[in-house]
Amino acid sequence: MKYSAINLVRNAFSYHENWQKAWSSPELKKDYDVIIVGGGGHGLGTAYYLAKEFGVKNIALLEKGWIGGGNTGRNTTIIRSNYLWDESAALYNHAVNLWEGLSSELNFNVMFSQRGLYHLAHSVHDMQEITRRAYSNYLNGIDAEILNQDQVKKNIPHMNVNGRYPVLGAILQRRAGTARHDAVAWGYARAAENLGVDIIQNCEVTGIDVSNGIVTGLQTTKGSVNAKKVGLVPAGHSSVLANMAGFRLPISSVPLQALVSEPIKPILDCVIMSNTVHVYVSQSDKGELVVGAGSDSYNSYSQRGSFDMIEHIMGPLTELFPIFSRLKMLRQWGGIVDVTPDRSPIIGKTPIENLFINCGWGTGGFKATPGSAHVFAETVAKGEPNKIAAPFSIERHFSGALVDEAAAAAVAH
Amino acid sequence: MSNQNRIYKGGRIDRDLAINFKFNGKEYIGYQGDTLASALLANDVHLIGRSFKYHRPRGILTSGSEEPNALVQLGLGARTEPNMRATEIEIYEGLEASSQNCWPSVNFDIGSINNFLSRVFPAGFYYKTFMWPPSLWLFYEHFIRKAAGLGVAPTVKNPDRYEQKFHYCDILVVGGGASGLMSALAAGRSGCDVLLIDEKPEPGGYLRNTSAKIDNLNSNDWTNEILKELESYDNVTILNRTAVMGYYDYNYLTALQKVTNHLPYLSDKMPRERYWRIRAKKVILAQGAFERPLVFSGNDRPGIMLASAARTYLNQFGVLPGKSVILFTNNDHAYGTAIDFANKGAKVTIVDNREDIPSELSDRCNKVKIKIYPSHSIINTHGYQKIKKVEIQKVDQDNNELTGSLREIECDLVLMSGGWNPSVQLFSQSRGKLEYHSKLNSFIPKDLIKNQKVVGCNNGNFNLLEVLKNSYQAGLDFATELGKSANKSLEIETAFEDLEFTEAKVEPYMIGKKKVTHGSKHFVDFQHDVTAADIFLAQREGYISVEHTKRYTTTGMGTDQGKTSNVNALALMSHIHNKPVDNIGHTTFRPPYSPQTIGAIAGRNVDHLFDPERKTAIHQWHVDNGAEFEDVGQWKRPHYFPQKNENIHDAVNRECRAVRNSLGILDASTLGKIDLQGPDVAKFLNLIYTNAWSKLEVGSCRYGLMCNEHGMVFDDGVTTRISENRYHMTTTTGGAARVMSWLEEFLQTEWLDMEVFCTSVTEQWTVLSISGPNSREFLSSLADVDISKEAFPFMKMKEGKVCGIDARIFRISFTGELSFEINVPSRYGLFVWNEFMKHGKKYDITPYGTESMHVLRAEKGFIIVGQDTDGSVTPKDINMDWIVSKKKEDFLGKRSFSRSDTRRIDRKQLVGLLVNDKKTVLPEGSYVVDEAKPRPPMDMIGHVSSSYYSPTCDHPIALSLIKNGLNRMGDVVKIPLMSGKVIDATITDSIFYDKEGARNNE
Ligand SMILES: Cc1cc2nc3c(=O)[nH]c(=O)nc-3n(C[C@H](O)[C@H](O)[C@H](O)COP(=O)(O)OP(=O)(O)OC[C@H]3O[C@@H](n4cnc5c(N)ncnc54)[C@H](O)[C@@H]3O)c2cc1C
Repeated sequence: MKYSAINLVRNAFSYHENWQKAWSSPELKKDYDVIIVGGGGHGLGTAYYLAKEFGVKNIALLEKGWIGGGNTGRNTTIIRSNYLWDESAALYNHAVNLWEGLSSELNFNVMFSQRGLYHLAHSVHDMQEITRRAYSNYLNGIDAEILNQDQVKKNIPHMNVNGRYPVLGAILQRRAGTARHDAVAWGYARAAENLGVDIIQNCEVTGIDVSNGIVTGLQTTKGSVNAKKVGLVPAGHSSVLANMAGFRLPISSVPLQALVSEPIKPILDCVIMSNTVHVYVSQSDKGELVVGAGSDSYNSYSQRGSFDMIEHIMGPLTELFPIFSRLKMLRQWGGIVDVTPDRSPIIGKTPIENLFINCGWGTGGFKATPGSAHVFAETVAKGEPNKIAAPFSIERHFSGALVDEAAAAAVAH
Repeated sequence: MSNQNRIYKGGRIDRDLAINFKFNGKEYIGYQGDTLASALLANDVHLIGRSFKYHRPRGILTSGSEEPNALVQLGLGARTEPNMRATEIEIYEGLEASSQNCWPSVNFDIGSINNFLSRVFPAGFYYKTFMWPPSLWLFYEHFIRKAAGLGVAPTVKNPDRYEQKFHYCDILVVGGGASGLMSALAAGRSGCDVLLIDEKPEPGGYLRNTSAKIDNLNSNDWTNEILKELESYDNVTILNRTAVMGYYDYNYLTALQKVTNHLPYLSDKMPRERYWRIRAKKVILAQGAFERPLVFSGNDRPGIMLASAARTYLNQFGVLPGKSVILFTNNDHAYGTAIDFANKGAKVTIVDNREDIPSELSDRCNKVKIKIYPSHSIINTHGYQKIKKVEIQKVDQDNNELTGSLREIECDLVLMSGGWNPSVQLFSQSRGKLEYHSKLNSFIPKDLIKNQKVVGCNNGNFNLLEVLKNSYQAGLDFATELGKSANKSLEIETAFEDLEFTEAKVEPYMIGKKKVTHGSKHFVDFQHDVTAADIFLAQREGYISVEHTKRYTTTGMGTDQGKTSNVNALALMSHIHNKPVDNIGHTTFRPPYSPQTIGAIAGRNVDHLFDPERKTAIHQWHVDNGAEFEDVGQWKRPHYFPQKNENIHDAVNRECRAVRNSLGILDASTLGKIDLQGPDVAKFLNLIYTNAWSKLEVGSCRYGLMCNEHGMVFDDGVTTRISENRYHMTTTTGGAARVMSWLEEFLQTEWLDMEVFCTSVTEQWTVLSISGPNSREFLSSLADVDISKEAFPFMKMKEGKVCGIDARIFRISFTGELSFEINVPSRYGLFVWNEFMKHGKKYDITPYGTESMHVLRAEKGFIIVGQDTDGSVTPKDINMDWIVSKKKEDFLGKRSFSRSDTRRIDRKQLVGLLVNDKKTVLPEGSYVVDEAKPRPPMDMIGHVSSSYYSPTCDHPIALSLIKNGLNRMGDVVKIPLMSGKVIDATITDSIFYDKEGARNNE
């Protein structure tokens, strides 16, 4: 049944008893044309686009827990495309373009809210950095505005622009914003299932069957299954799955944390990022301040970070927003992020034929979800990298053709 | 009438100390010892706030930190605090609080229209609508946002102070109820270092509220005796008003202590709160349990509260919150509350959904004239702003159907009890595993982590005598493990609760007048207005994992984090899926246990203590002489020194000319400086830098580039050999800490056999860089060493006295002029600077800042790492292949130079750019194209990394990284500005001045 205001009212008369399942829980079949491993936004989206745009019929998506339970359901949902390098700009902007139509496309309100993102500059060096980024964005056709201190102050009245590191200016992307993370997973799942994708939850992949260098199927906690092609989208556990297939990835997995405050009435209507003071904050529709913390400096698969990362952002947060000091932190959590040396993702083929991988999104892949899923679906369907995806092959880590967003800006989200 | 619900005596309040406070602008009187909730109930105020989604009137549900409903806006102005639990706020003279999430008032709230529309607003309705047209989402969202949220944030800076404390102890006992007191007592008697923490103003917990007897003492007196003994031990610390918030790895716990929250704002001497970080050898969790609400139709009205909470108000605060009382229960224990109320003169009726009521209970009830309706259920409630009436009916237990006649009972208070849930939040945070306890019908700790015990109700034990004994034993056991023992055993013989908690079913929901899914309001999560129907809907729509149900319905996501709702939600899911609750699982409990103040976690890491500024020894001089500063890393550096009406350009031009023509002086103290010692330093430098270091003689300096493993430039600086095994390394100002960790990382993880010791000495040395054609002549009169051209060539270092102070003099240059860098111990820095300024008058010595430094070096084509490089640039790309050793076997970055992309010959390379109009200073960061199109997108070939007006050349200069740039000298390229204007520029060499380097060798 289509989701709409009218149907909502109509269903109110039948006490909402006639809504169907958003997605069901089918049994795992014996054979699939394509199996996607990992039920985060990227995996679910891949399954959806495979079915929708690339005509693949017999698809399964395997998720070891509940869909969206990985980083998709744990992130601070910052979406933007104002990346420095051309390759990244193309990829993330492809995503933002898709975000703009995603709620209608999926008939599920993912609440993509283009409330604008301010990336603050606190020093002459920061100003140089944002100016450069703005120029690069401009010539790549991505919206970017450089604001001075007064303009920032006017738009964000509660921010302290004269603190320890005064806010000298900001780069503003108006098309940037946030979205409702769970809805992205659920919306893709519902739409994918409508197109016949089997979404199998509580099904952990425990082995990858390879014969003569070609993938043939998977071992799972629900039994073994044959597959003509397999796409791995397991985020924090990418190295674990690569290991099952017998190859290595240049990825370290570390816990990244976030927290929310108690809900309060609207006080911040845009997204704020500051690398120098280390603050990432926005306010959710529920009224909670959503705050990104740092990642632990050691590798771990435990979905919980250390307290000091939380502690370390509270000073910066109250420095930038002194009025937040009396508010209460409600909840903290962590996710395992898959970080590559150049902080850019890996999308493409693997040393095993018909086995593809999409990972390495690290601390900032939520924003890419529809774009990543779309280019990866094409890559899996055609067996060759999509044009936007091509620069993000594993090979770049051998050739040195890195897309080094980290060194360029040290941006986390 | 004031305090009309207060009983004449009893409780732990001081009736001689009246306290005036305001709620919603109205004045009330309470007593010392009251919470805001108890004082309001004493004044018969039940309506406290409005719920999150439907804006339904809400009252007080609990008496503690689990309160989901009675949230208020506390205090005014800068000290206002949203979402404070009235059940935890201790009143003080002058307290002001108000209802939140309502407009214009809590009595008449426009938002409650949502309640009437609630049928179209089931769980997750927003996922199904507001999608058309897409462009209007921001518009819809605006209203959604306005309706959401609870209280309001202050709009000015917090005037209060928060402190932090680190604490180490043998045994941390969390919770000061019967069990916690016993564990602490045993541990305290054994001489262990004990920290006992309780979130209430005083320990005692449940013992403060019952009529239990322990060895013939009533529980209150007994508790006081125990406390007295505990307080007599030096090795025992008791923290009240303190909630343990987080339980992290290896018994690392955090706690928030309210220090002055319960006092009027008297002075700034005391912090408001104190944040504790505790590392405990052993942890005993003794947090007790929370009572479960019952899920029945209309269970949320003001005047409906948990039975145990009502008992607390009665026995601890002397408040009888109602006189016609209905108790709705499914267990024996709650009868204790009913009997207490009846004894205090209330008319009590019990609605028990069980068929068989133990005769002992009914006999006792008969005695105090309590009427019991067995097998009955409350099927509906009435009263908008306060409960007025309930409808009850008999339930046919076999078919779960209503039978018999419907009865209406007038009342002014409804108490409910659905059993107890052990407080397992912290245990679960510690990664202990839970199991479902079939008698309790709740989760209890199963697999403990190391060095942890859980005692009392927290562990599912509700027998008082057993709890006392086992908890004492737990304390003894831990003491023994720590090598200590108590010389006293527990002497308790008897402990009676008048009514023990035996067991209670967990009720998915109570049958109501309307079908549970048909518009009936059976609330599961009060704060978020999640009803049983919402849980049904989530299951129907496939959100059947507990996490999906939670996220879809938002149950358990309120500020109480599900303390009152989680187990009921699970019971409902278990009912719907017809699976035992243990198969449903539970959601993850995440820190903190209770909402905790952001400012308290920040502690003193605020204001001037937030990332303290680093200043050089000369800083005050710079201030006194009108310097404009810039932040470079943590340092404050003079950016330029404007004189009179000079703007930045005038100042910089003047400063640059002074350097080129006579003498300039720069405070270069912020440069990173690392003292390297040990027999293997040369070997180490060979691996860290790209060039060769083996042959560097004592007293010689060498410039070096550091690359990361990808072969990309990472930092640069001059390193000097001071003596045989001692080197002095300099780094960029901003990169100093990074380089230091980089060196240590390799020494500690890769090259363990090397004997090299790194010490940061940045702060130890003041560095005065003097530059200009007159610098030698100037210095020679102040230094006691021969600095003549012959005796002191370029890239050498000499030790001697300058202005009578021991100094290291380096003959190096970052301006291209003849320069000396004089390092003196920082305590003499200002002295030497002043001497220089005095003696330099003759040469018109001119202090210059970072901006001039940048211009001067750019004129010479010297790079600044981080400005002209960005992590994607190799030494070759910046035309510095000469510094990359072709002979060395290995160094960091070397293998990467052979990678196909790094080897590419058309990489972006550092070149100069001269604008064709000779006027425009290109914006730094602008991009270069071969072909300018009318509008973006355009293909970029590079960007402008540095750009200045050069006073020396008298035209603008720029450095730029351009694709294949070194092979494109003389080509004209275009720089499209954001304004639409396009500027032409010509690619040139990156050195604009004194290409031969003659001036430096003067
Ligand atoms: C705290 C935090 C904040 C963040 N903030 C932002 C932000 O503001 N903006 C942004 O753009 N990005 C952010 N990110 C990053 C972003 O969340 C991720 O990059 C993105 O969500 C990754 O999506 P995914 O679908 O690839 O991974 P996931 O959602 O993690 O999905 C991977 C799935 O694979 C499953 N899986 C793993 N192993 C197996 C197996 N063997 N068998 C079956 N299934 C398996 C996992 O259970 C998981 O569900 C943040 C991340 C965190 C942790």
